[in-house]
Amino acid sequence: MKPVNQKAWLLVLPVFLCVAFSAILPLMTVVNYSVQDIISPERRVFVGTEWFVSVMRDSDLHAALARQLTFSLAVLVVEIPLGIALALSMPATGWKASAVLVLVALSLLIPWNVVGTIWQIYGRGDIGLLGAALQKLGFDYSYTGNATHAWVTVLVMDVWHWTPLVALLCYAGLRAIPDAYYQAARIDGASKLAVFRYIQLPKLRGVLMIAVLLRFMDSFMIYTEPFVLTGGGPGNATTFLSQYLTQKAVGQFDLGPAAAFSLIYFLIILLLCFILYNWMQRVGTADKLEGVE
Amino acid sequence: MNTSVMPTPAANAPRSASRARAGAFPTRAIFLVVYLLFAILPIYWMVMMSFKTNEEILSSFSLWPQHFTWDNYKVIFTDESWYSGYINSLIYVAINTVISISVALPAAYAFSRYSFLGDKHLFFWLLTNRMTPPAVFLLPFFQLYTTLGLMDTHIAVALAHLVFNVPLAVWILEGFMSGIPREIDETAYIDGYSFPRFFFKVFLPLIKAGVGVAAFFCFMFSWVELLLARTLTSVNAKPIVATMTRTVSASGMDWAVLAAAGTLTIVPGAIVIWFVRHYIAKGFAMGRV
Amino acid sequence: MSRIDLDLAHTYKPNPKSDEDWALLPLRMVFEDGGAYALLGPSGCGKTTMLNIVSGLITPSHGTVRFDDADVTHATPQQRNIAQVFQFPVIYDTMTVSENLAFPLLNRGVAPERIRARVGVIAEMLELSGQLNQRAAGLSADQKQKISLGRGLVREDVSAVLFDEPLTVIDPHLKWQLRRKLKQIHHELKLTLIYVTHDQVEALTFADQVVVMTRGKAVQVGSASQLFERPEHMFVGHFIGSPGMNFLPAALTPGRAPAGAATLGVRPEHVVLATQGAPGALQGTVVQAQDIGTYWLVHAKVGEHVVRARVSGEYAVPEAGETVWLGVMGPHTCFYASNEELVAALTEEPA
Repeated sequence: MKPVNQKAWLLVLPVFLCVAFSAILPLMTVVNYSVQDIISPERRVFVGTEWFVSVMRDSDLHAALARQLTFSLAVLVVEIPLGIALALSMPATGWKASAVLVLVALSLLIPWNVVGTIWQIYGRGDIGLLGAALQKLGFDYSYTGNATHAWVTVLVMDVWHWTPLVALLCYAGLRAIPDAYYQAARIDGASKLAVFRYIQLPKLRGVLMIAVLLRFMDSFMIYTEPFVLTGGGPGNATTFLSQYLTQKAVGQFDLGPAAAFSLIYFLIILLLCFILYNWMQRVGTADKLEGVE
Repeated sequence: MNTSVMPTPAANAPRSASRARAGAFPTRAIFLVVYLLFAILPIYWMVMMSFKTNEEILSSFSLWPQHFTWDNYKVIFTDESWYSGYINSLIYVAINTVISISVALPAAYAFSRYSFLGDKHLFFWLLTNRMTPPAVFLLPFFQLYTTLGLMDTHIAVALAHLVFNVPLAVWILEGFMSGIPREIDETAYIDGYSFPRFFFKVFLPLIKAGVGVAAFFCFMFSWVELLLARTLTSVNAKPIVATMTRTVSASGMDWAVLAAAGTLTIVPGAIVIWFVRHYIAKGFAMGRV
Repeated sequence: MSRIDLDLAHTYKPNPKSDEDWALLPLRMVFEDGGAYALLGPSGCGKTTMLNIVSGLITPSHGTVRFDDADVTHATPQQRNIAQVFQFPVIYDTMTVSENLAFPLLNRGVAPERIRARVGVIAEMLELSGQLNQRAAGLSADQKQKISLGRGLVREDVSAVLFDEPLTVIDPHLKWQLRRKLKQIHHELKLTLIYVTHDQVEALTFADQVVVMTRGKAVQVGSASQLFERPEHMFVGHFIGSPGMNFLPAALTPGRAPAGAATLGVRPEHVVLATQGAPGALQGTVVQAQDIGTYWLVHAKVGEHVVRARVSGEYAVPEAGETVWLGVMGPHTCFYASNEELVAALTEEPA
């Protein structure tokens, strides 16, 4: 379908150089460290896959991984539909469109440590609006004491923080749909649900793919916000993978295992994203081959 | 053809499409209002905090500052490192956004319009650069930029941030470009447009929404990035996010000043999105080719 | 199938003052039931605005639209039962061809057997029967436009089919196929068809009657030959024909037309190479002679003006630099007043 043209590489070269320059060197360094036991800068012993094996046998790691997967899944389940719904309800033209756009985007612009801080105070029963409101309603709400509450708070904080990303992508995607499609749908007598199903959703496929992948990998790497809010607690209820990695690296001061863990971390995300990406591509084309009933 | 008689004005003013659905239950409006409340309340709380003193924040609960004060903002505006922190951040974020979008546009066009050796792998590889916690890059970047003599410069942070912004920009732009039928390109060539003229006069306006949102995201991710920005700078290019983490002192966390700083960090981003709103919100204007 | 009456004007400004403020200057137009019409004009002349007013996507600020004497000015496109084909193919990507064609009928609650039958008939007519179960998104641009058209035709009571420059994204060598198909459909279904285009070849081959428009004004409605032989407005003379009419300043002596300054218009096809001293002939110097294939196009300078003449290859073709005598007064010579409208035309050879 697309014409083959090897000269297109010239168009891609600047991007390739920019990213390779920034990425390959560090990656090589990390790989280098991950297979060595760095007892001191002068004494390095090649240990092969020893770190990898010990990291993967770590049961605490398994627990953190499980928590992380649950969290990322929950994030996708809530933020994607919510983002789409938000994009559909945001006005398309006029001063209202600009005002809503700015209001929606605000939460994205706050530095992540401040996000954590805001919710820290916001969720406190004594001095925070949310905490006080929940207390008034009769909930014995405590994100520091109750593991479930902490978990839900971290999730709601993430939803608050990042749903606008999904929404903005979908909003831009919706604006890119030519008027003629809506006009044709009116002429064809299509219901609003049909317009959503047959025109809007198919045309949002591209941006939704980006939104899903972005939210998945960013939530999988999440560190600052939950760390500031709950410190990983109570206990390790909200200790997700990134924090676990940092704890291990800082606590043990050992570059070798930390590097190995980093690589494994990266490979897990890579694998899951790759699966996600291919699955979404296949759903897209299968739809085409079989037709929608 | 009789054109001498002016017809009477139509009974109603021209109706817009949306009014045809007037009377339908305004679910969308209600949902939007509810969401906006959800989104704004924590921000409201932070802004309120910025007008309170630390004592008041930690001791009492009120919807409005009991003792309204500008002190926290004074601290920020009089402390030079806060002020320059803003400027520094704006500089490297601007450089980064411009570079990211500039290199991403041709690449996205290539991915969208052509097949070439390794294209699918390259496309996916780009995104993999966002799959590592930035902590992994810290030490190598530190060594790299020290060697290059670029430590504590704006350009260092701008370049470092390319790692995650360029792939994002390419992916977003490619998505929007693929939505434009290739017939537009072909028609333009038949009409005699050269490639640059076609790209800037015909193509870019059609993907305005994609460019707007990509530019905003590049700005946003670079603006809030803390780790790399803090590691690669010390004095001259110290960004606002680094200065803000200095708010923990001997007397504990300076909530009030942090809240004020947080409020102030939103402002540039809000301005950016205000400026790109036309790009994001403008529809697909299919001009006469 | 309906007869459409327009008596309207359209402006986007609340207080229009001059002609430029109007998107469509006041006009009255009738589209007869079953006729094929083209709205022809350059970009921005208001043809798409008029089309959208007919279809109901725009409500005119002044005036009315009537379908068969019923006032539909405020009716929706659905209520008017029109079909519209846009500049680029508008199809439902996730559906197959047959699902696309069936969609309007499905939304109206038509029985499944009737839908299948109707879809079959239309697909046959548009030569899409072989692709009925293919996903619509995978087809070529011209096939997609046929699907767009098919969705309009599939409704048996469609009142009119409106086209907004539908061949814009079609490959040039496929355009004529689609044009022929449209004419075929017009013959078979006898629908009222209104076709917007800036391409005079499309307009003149497709339509029985062409509405020539410029700057919000419909300047002439007529058949291809009427527009060609008796342009009632300088714009029509200039726009129709390849190349368009030659215009020369002239002065009219009192007679059947008001005296004074005017513009003489004559088509290159009607300019003849005359002999020196022939009555009504103008002296000119040849600038260029182009071989078009079936004829030669001679560009000559007469004073400050360029006059183009079509010369058959049978005659000796003058070369650049030669002096020629061009006969511009003939049965098809027209005169236009300062408002660009026709005031007089020669009907016989001048004495």
